[in-house]
Amino acid sequence: MEGDGVRIAHDDPFPAIRRELAEDREQYGDPQTHGAVIRLEDVHLTFEEPILSGVSLEARRGETLMVAGESGSGKSTILKLILRLLVPDSGRIEVLGRDVIHLTFEEALDLRRHIGMVFQNAALFDSMTIFENVAYPLRENRDLEDDELERIVRERLEFVDLEPERVMHQLPSQLSGGMRKRVGIARAIATDPEVVLYDEPTAGLDPLTIGTINDLIRKLQRELKVTSVIVTHDIRAGFRVAQRVNLLRDGKIVFDGSPEDMIVADDPYIQRFLS
Amino acid sequence: MAEFAATVEQRIRGVSSGVYDYFTLARRAIGFIFARPFYWRDTLIQMDRIGVGSIPIVVLTGLFTGMVLALQSSVELANFGADIYIGNLVGASMVRELGPVLCALMVAGRSASGIAAELGSMRVTEQIDALQSFGTDPIKKLVTPRLLAGLVMLPILTVIADLIGIVGGMVIALFRIGMTADAYFNGVLNALAEPGFVLGIIPKDFVTGLLKPFVFGGIITLTASFYGLSTRGGTEGVGDAATRSVVACSVLILAVDYFMTQVLLVVLGQA
Repeated sequence: MEGDGVRIAHDDPFPAIRRELAEDREQYGDPQTHGAVIRLEDVHLTFEEPILSGVSLEARRGETLMVAGESGSGKSTILKLILRLLVPDSGRIEVLGRDVIHLTFEEALDLRRHIGMVFQNAALFDSMTIFENVAYPLRENRDLEDDELERIVRERLEFVDLEPERVMHQLPSQLSGGMRKRVGIARAIATDPEVVLYDEPTAGLDPLTIGTINDLIRKLQRELKVTSVIVTHDIRAGFRVAQRVNLLRDGKIVFDGSPEDMIVADDPYIQRFLS
Repeated sequence: MAEFAATVEQRIRGVSSGVYDYFTLARRAIGFIFARPFYWRDTLIQMDRIGVGSIPIVVLTGLFTGMVLALQSSVELANFGADIYIGNLVGASMVRELGPVLCALMVAGRSASGIAAELGSMRVTEQIDALQSFGTDPIKKLVTPRLLAGLVMLPILTVIADLIGIVGGMVIALFRIGMTADAYFNGVLNALAEPGFVLGIIPKDFVTGLLKPFVFGGIITLTASFYGLSTRGGTEGVGDAATRSVVACSVLILAVDYFMTQVLLVVLGQA
């Protein structure tokens, strides 16, 4: 293939990713991470079969943590536990200093107002326009004048590189998958949350759009200093945005370290996962 | 045998937990009617969908029911020379039973499947989780507006069905039997006045005829919402939820109609 002057990028992406991470660090420095914003301790959850069997992890303020694992390994469940959409059978979950398991229903609603969530398929409200979708969390949680509301919605749409004039009055069904995902991010950050959770942010997207979404996630971290937890099985895309990786296997975290450490780890399962 | 017993036990547990969840949903949805924030815009949209959108089907149902009632009864009553009582028969039947029940069954077929499918598809596409992630209670945002719309619109639709049914009966009485409109409407009014009045002015049949659709409105919207919010799986689950909600609503309407009639006959002193 090289004889044709073409090099297949996915032969070995890691040197490229390592170079990218090093350049990033040189340009922006290490993110200021201190203190755990999210902490799970020995969390167990069983539905018909065990989903999580003693998961412990923490996300520090300002960092981007990637939780990787095979499909069906319980990654998305972790996000639902953080949002208290699910309650574990045992263990402890602390988010923004609150003991999540023992929150009342109303306290849980209040906690969620400090967290933005980007869903796997964007989960935009299909009966609402893009403007109404992005404005929804603002309308629910803040008492804003119409002008101020529109200003924030426009600002968020511009932040995710969408033209407000072009998309604001469209319905989600009129947008492409990548644009819907960007609207999902704009909606998640509408209320300036301290934490943003991403469920498979690049699933089902083409390589160019994956790059755009990854750039956005990095931009969010640099400019808004949010703490992010990204759940994905697309480890290559995740390496480009995360400072730390947790690998989930059989309901437990089997690796906790930087992307660079993971690339050089000699554990056969990790190597198989990376390949 | 032990396996069979375990299956039965699991089934009973499933049903009782479903009944508990249904009443929890109902209690919370009713409680939210009086709690801020009020989703007035959503309520008006649902009134339009459930109420205004059902008018054509309710008009047709009322019209043909009144006409066939007059037609069938004219044959029987003519045997006794009593066909002047067609107005009484059509008026009493429409207002007491056929108007409320048929109207509710029609709305159940049309709106219950729509509500269950809409909420079900919101569930499987994670839109319900998205609402919760923004600090919104999905019962308050999605169920209470539909409940309010059902409680308000079903009685209005029933009055429309009653009136159109009575007019349908009149068409047959006038053009097939040769009665005068006066005689027909006198019969209708006599039938409504006969059981007596509540507070001296409201015919008892009006009370039963409006109380029933009020309850049916609650049953349709709560049952459909329950099945919608409990949807599991993908599009197959959505279709299943829509079908099950219509079946459950129809059976509940007929069963509750019987028990309400029994209770109201005693309470209103007609038994």
